[in-house]
Amino acid sequence: MIENLDLGMVNWARAQFALTAMYHWLFVPLTLGISWIIAFFHTIYVRTGSEEWKRLTKFWMKLFGINFAIGVATGIIMEFEFGTNWSNYSWMVGDIFGAPLAIEGIVAFFLEATFFAVMFFGWNRVSKGFHLFATWMVAAGSNLSAVWILVANAWMQYPVGQAFNPDTARFEMQNFFEVAFSPYAVNKFTHATSSSMMLGAFFVISISSWYLLRGRHVLMAKRSIVVAACLGLVASIFTIFNGDESAYEIAQVQPMKLAAFEGLYEGQTNAGLVAFGVINRDKKVYDTQPAFHGFNIHIPGLLSLMANRSFNSFVPGMKDLVYGNAEHDVLGAVQKMELGRKAVASLDAYRQAKKAGDAAAAEVQLAAFDEHKEFLGYGYLNKPEEAVPPVALSFNAFHVMVFLGTLFPLIFIGYLYFSYKGTLERKKWLLGLGTITYILGMIASQAGWIVAEVGRQPWSIQGLLPVTIARTNLTSGTVQTTFFLFLVLFTLLLIAEISIMVKQINIGPEEN
Amino acid sequence: MIERLDYATLQHLWWLLCSVVGALFLAMTFVQGGQSLLWQMAKTRTEKDLIINSLGRKWELTFTTLVLFGGALFASFPKFYSTSFGGAYWVWILILFTFIVQAVSYEFRRKPWNIFGSLVYEGFLFLNGVVGILLIGAAVGTFYTGSNFQLDANNFVTWTHPFRGLEAALSPSVSSLFNIAVGLFLVFNARTLGAMYLVNNLELGEVPEMESRLRAACWQNLLLSLPFCLLIVASLLFMRGYGIVDAKGTIEIVSFKYLRNLLANPWLLVLLVAGLGLVIFGAWKTAKTTATRGIWYGGIGTVLIGLTVLLLPAYNNTAFYPSKVDLQSSLTIYNASSSPYTLKVMTYVALTIPFVLAYIAYTWRQMNRNKIGIEDTGDKAAY
Repeated sequence: MIENLDLGMVNWARAQFALTAMYHWLFVPLTLGISWIIAFFHTIYVRTGSEEWKRLTKFWMKLFGINFAIGVATGIIMEFEFGTNWSNYSWMVGDIFGAPLAIEGIVAFFLEATFFAVMFFGWNRVSKGFHLFATWMVAAGSNLSAVWILVANAWMQYPVGQAFNPDTARFEMQNFFEVAFSPYAVNKFTHATSSSMMLGAFFVISISSWYLLRGRHVLMAKRSIVVAACLGLVASIFTIFNGDESAYEIAQVQPMKLAAFEGLYEGQTNAGLVAFGVINRDKKVYDTQPAFHGFNIHIPGLLSLMANRSFNSFVPGMKDLVYGNAEHDVLGAVQKMELGRKAVASLDAYRQAKKAGDAAAAEVQLAAFDEHKEFLGYGYLNKPEEAVPPVALSFNAFHVMVFLGTLFPLIFIGYLYFSYKGTLERKKWLLGLGTITYILGMIASQAGWIVAEVGRQPWSIQGLLPVTIARTNLTSGTVQTTFFLFLVLFTLLLIAEISIMVKQINIGPEEN
Repeated sequence: MIERLDYATLQHLWWLLCSVVGALFLAMTFVQGGQSLLWQMAKTRTEKDLIINSLGRKWELTFTTLVLFGGALFASFPKFYSTSFGGAYWVWILILFTFIVQAVSYEFRRKPWNIFGSLVYEGFLFLNGVVGILLIGAAVGTFYTGSNFQLDANNFVTWTHPFRGLEAALSPSVSSLFNIAVGLFLVFNARTLGAMYLVNNLELGEVPEMESRLRAACWQNLLLSLPFCLLIVASLLFMRGYGIVDAKGTIEIVSFKYLRNLLANPWLLVLLVAGLGLVIFGAWKTAKTTATRGIWYGGIGTVLIGLTVLLLPAYNNTAFYPSKVDLQSSLTIYNASSSPYTLKVMTYVALTIPFVLAYIAYTWRQMNRNKIGIEDTGDKAAY
C-alpha cells in the first residue's frame, strides 16, 4: 500500500483538514464559552425581572446565534471528512473512533438543536422557567458535544482501550470506559472548555470595552464586563493548571511532541523551559546546527519539572527519540522501526498462513507479531527522521500559546480591579487592550490546536497509524480542488459573518 | 439482556437503528421541501419571512438527524462509511456543500450587511432543497443498483469510475435512471411534506392567498412524486439484486432479489403500502379539505417508506452496498459492521434515544402550540 503512495495527496488532505478544523475552531470556542455567560445573564434576568438584563441577554444571544450558524456549517464537513479524505483510517479505527461521534450526535447535538430554537424564539412561547432551562441546555449540549469529540481526538493522541485484530487488520475497542475516561481525554476536555470559556469572556469584554471607549451602552457594558471578567479569571487560572497537566500527559505518552514544541534536540537532565528563543528552522535532527538563532533564555529545570514533576529528571530530546539513548533507556525510532518491520512481516506471514490453511504456522507468526505489535506503525515509516514533527511550527505555536495564556489572567484582574474601584471608564489603555483581547484569545486557542495536531505528526494514531496509511485513495488534484472550494466558501462566509456581526455590534442592544 | 445478543442480531438491530434515523431524516426533509417551495409560494416579503421563520425553527433538527445518520453509520458500519465517503467522493462533497450553505442562510438572510443579499441566501436554501435531496436520493438508489468500487485485502477502497459517485446520477445507464428516480421522488415528497408542514405551522388567516397556493402545491407535488414512486416500486419487483448465497458470504447476482426479500419479509410490504397510503391521505387532507394536520400522516408515512427503502436492500442476506465491478467487494451488514463489543456499547448508548425523542416531542409541542404569524417575523430575533 505504501508503494503507490501520492505524498502530495496526503499533504493536501492534511491541509484541507487543518483548514476546515481551523475555520471550525474560529466559531466553536465562542459557542462553548459564551453559551455559559449568556446562561448567567439570562438567570440574572429571570431572578431580577429587570428589563435591562433581558435586553442585555437578548443582545448577546443574537451575536451567539450569528456565530453558532457558521459553527454548524463548518462542523458538518469535519464529521464527513474523516470518511472522504481519511477512509482507510475510518475503516481501521471506526470501531473506536466512530462511537464517540455517534454518541455526540445522540446525547449532545439534539440537546443543542432542540433547545436552540426555544432559546431564541421561546420568549413569548414558553414559560420563563422552561425558557431559562433551554438556555442552560444549549450551553450543556454544546459542551457535551465537546466532551465526545475531544474523547475521540484524545484517543488519536493516546490510543487506549483497544487491540489490533490481525484477522481484520483493524483496531477494535476493548474497553469503552478506558477510551471515554482516558486521562488524556479529561485533560483535553478541561483545557479546551476552560480556554473557550475564557475566549467567551474576551468576546464580551472586547465588545463592551469598545462601547465604553465610545461612551455607548455604558451600563450594559459595565455589567457585562463584571460577569465576563469573573468567569474569565476563574477560567484562565484553571486553563493554566490543566494546561500544565496536559504537558505532563504529553511528556508521558508523546515525548516527541514535547521535545518538538520545546525545540529540545539533545535530551537533558534538569532541562530548561525556553522563555525566549528564535528557533532555527533549517536545523535537522541529524545535523550539528544550533537549535536557536543567537540569544535565548532557558529557565533551568522547569521543563524537567513540567514533564516529570522533578527538577532533576531526564527529558529526552528529538535526537534521543530518533536514534535512541541507551544510557537513559530511550528507544529511538530507528530501533522501533526495526521492531515494527518485524511486526509487519509477521502479520503478513500470519495472514498468508491463514489463507493457506496452515494453522500451526499461523500460530507461530501470530505469537511473533504479538511480541512487536506495539511498534506496528513504525514499520510503515521510511526513515527514522520521519518520526519528527515540524519543529519550528510546533515550537512557535506552543510559545505563543503559553505567553498569551500567562498574560490573560492579568487582563481579567485588571478589569475586575478597576471595575471595583469604579474607574474602568477612565482606563483607556486597558479598554484599548481589551478590544483586541478576543483576537489574542483566538490566536492562543488556534495555536493550542496547532501544537496538538502538528505535534502529533506523522501519526494519525500515535505510534500506530501514520497519516500516509490513513488516507483515502484519491488524486492530489481532487483534494486540491476541494481544498480551494472550501477555502473560498468558508472565507466568503467568514467575511459575511464578520460583516453582520460588526453591524449588529454597531446597532447595539437598544435596537433589540 | 444486551450482553446476550449475538453478533448477527446486533448487526440487524444496528441496521434497523440506522434506518430509523435515516427514515426520520427523510420525514424531516419537509424543511428542504419548504425551502424549495419558497419562491413559488411566497409572493410578498411578508409571506417569505413567514415561511423562513416557520422552517427556521426546525432546520437544525433535520440537519442534526443527518449528522447522526452519518455518525451512527460510522460507529456501526465503518466499512460502509469508509467505502462510500472515501469512494463516492464527489457526490458526498456536493451534498455536504449544499448543507454548509444551508446552515448559515436562515441566520444571515435578512441581517443587514450580509454582503451577498437575501436572494443569494434564498438561492442557497433552494440549492439545498433540490440538489441536496436529489443527490441523497441518488446515493440511496445505489443501495440497489450498485457502485463502482473495489476493496483490497485490507478493505481499502479504490473507486473505478472517474466521476467518483456522481456517475450514480450522471452516467447514461438504466441504473442512473433508477437512482435519479429515487432522488426525484424524494425531492417531490419533501415538497409535499413542506407544503403540509407550512399549512400546519402558519397562521393561515393572515395569508389566505398563500394558503391556497400551499394546499394546491401539496397536491401537485404528490402527483409529481407518484410516477417516480411507481417506477421505483415496479423496478424493485423485477430487478436483479445482490444476494449472499453461502455461509462464506459469497455474493452473487440473484434474479428478482428484492421481490424475494419482500416475500420473505412481508411486513416490509405492509410498511411500504401503509407509508404510501398515509402520505397520500395526508396530502389529500391538506389539499382537498381545510384540515391542517396532514403533515402528521405525511411525516409518519414517509418514515415508513424510508424504513422500507433502507431495510429492503440489507435484510434477508442481501448486499446493501453492492459493487458492480467486483461482486465480492460488496458490503453486507455482516462484513461491514463494527465488532460485537462496539455494537453492544452502542446499544447501551441507544437506550437514551427514547429519552431524546421524548424531550424533542415535548419541546416541539411547546413551540408549535401557537402558529407562526406575521408578528413573529417582526421580532428582532426573527430570521
